[in-house]
Amino acid sequence: MESIPLSWQLIKIGVILFLFINMAPFLVWWERRACAFIQDRLGPNRVGPLGLLQPVADGIKLIFKEEFFPARANKALYFLAPCLSLFVSLFVFAVIPLAAPIEIDGKILYPQIANLNIGMLYVLAISSLGVYGIMVGGWSSNNKYSLLGGLRASSQMISYELTMGMAVASVVLFFGTFDLQKIVETQSGMAWGVLFQPVSFFLFLVAALAESNRVPFDLPEGETELVAGYHTEYGGMKFGSFFFAEYLNIVTLSAMMVTLFFGGYFGLGWLSKIVDAGPILNAIFQFSAFSIKVLSFLFFFIWVRWTFPRFRYDQVMRLGWKVLLPIAIGNILVTAFLIYWGVI
Amino acid sequence: MNWFVYGFAALSIASALMVVTRKNPIISALYLSLTLFCLAALFILLEAYFIAAVQVLVYAGAVMVLFIFVIMLLNLDPEKMIVEYFHPPQILAVISTLLLFGFLTFIFMTNKITGDKGFDLPAHIDQGGGHLKVMSLKLFTTFLLAFEVTSLLLLVAIVGAVVLAKRKV
Repeated sequence: MESIPLSWQLIKIGVILFLFINMAPFLVWWERRACAFIQDRLGPNRVGPLGLLQPVADGIKLIFKEEFFPARANKALYFLAPCLSLFVSLFVFAVIPLAAPIEIDGKILYPQIANLNIGMLYVLAISSLGVYGIMVGGWSSNNKYSLLGGLRASSQMISYELTMGMAVASVVLFFGTFDLQKIVETQSGMAWGVLFQPVSFFLFLVAALAESNRVPFDLPEGETELVAGYHTEYGGMKFGSFFFAEYLNIVTLSAMMVTLFFGGYFGLGWLSKIVDAGPILNAIFQFSAFSIKVLSFLFFFIWVRWTFPRFRYDQVMRLGWKVLLPIAIGNILVTAFLIYWGVI
Repeated sequence: MNWFVYGFAALSIASALMVVTRKNPIISALYLSLTLFCLAALFILLEAYFIAAVQVLVYAGAVMVLFIFVIMLLNLDPEKMIVEYFHPPQILAVISTLLLFGFLTFIFMTNKITGDKGFDLPAHIDQGGGHLKVMSLKLFTTFLLAFEVTSLLLLVAIVGAVVLAKRKV
């Protein structure tokens, strides 16, 4: 089937990018409100309705701050690091399917930026580049704490990437494809991946918490030990970019979990049956189902952050290499044997 | 499409030159990852998607990160890096480069080592059920020996690393 013309493609990319980028300020607000309620306070509630414009005020403040370069920092790399972080976190989202392909006038519209047949590998490959921004930022600031934060980030992210890759490998074995659209299609009718691959889901969840560098795995920042870790020397919008990248990473990781384990955009099919929806309305329902699932995972991320204390560095490494990795390898082996014997 | 090929090829050569000319090891390593990234882009333009993804995942995402990790851990001063170890006569360098070049050309022209040309036409790939399937079939039938020997090589490297690390304790 013919795909849609280039001008439409550009509009589609613009819309998805706009929605995706605006998740970051929304999440900042949500995190501050949610943590406030967890701690029995109100949180930001003065700027705009329910304090929704607070991130806008924060953003304006960050943009108008003085541009500062620390002494003896490597200026080019110091500037490049936040750009790298933001670039990678924006790039990963491109393959996540937001709804099923829509047919309009005999032309097919994929509600994702790129429908790759190696979509899953693309996500792993690009997100493995995310550590560069943090490492380069930590090194180029010419600060001991930044360097320690960068070192911790790189060792932690490498360790947990392995677990994540292994978890994904057994999921891919189960579905038999790297194509995210096809992976979601296989999960129609409540046959969600989490029912067949619960161990992979658990591993992916822990690895996702570690990859996003948030509490309880926020060692690269570790403000009680390392001031602020890799972004100690960063201010203004350069710090803002790191912050943005972190939140966008959480959104992508949540979307990945929904796509792989929780049926992606399926779940509101009964609603579109009741109202007898056309293709466009159906796509909107699918997108809503996807969004609801992603939002609940985002809340889970926030919840975890304000519930658990930080692990020690050696605990993180031990968990990654001595607990999660053997479980992941065993999981692949079991899955492979079950598929070979034709059980699943 | 051609301009993408030329652009990425030029970029990869330029950044490869930067790798060997920069004094600061971190900058060299970053340029090396840029080179690997450009190679992945070239693989994509050749429609070898799986190899491109693995190139980024393994080399740019893991191996180079470990390189940079080690360099950062040692925190080498670029001024002190220029150590006068050993100056072999330059003719040796020229000879070994020519030998390597000749050897690679020989392999490329004759395919004598594996005995089989390892590529397929796009039509074959579609008939065989996608890139991954075709590649894994080749890997586990025709090139099984080479594949297993490579894994042995990695095992040797792991054992070596363990031996080196244990000595300090």
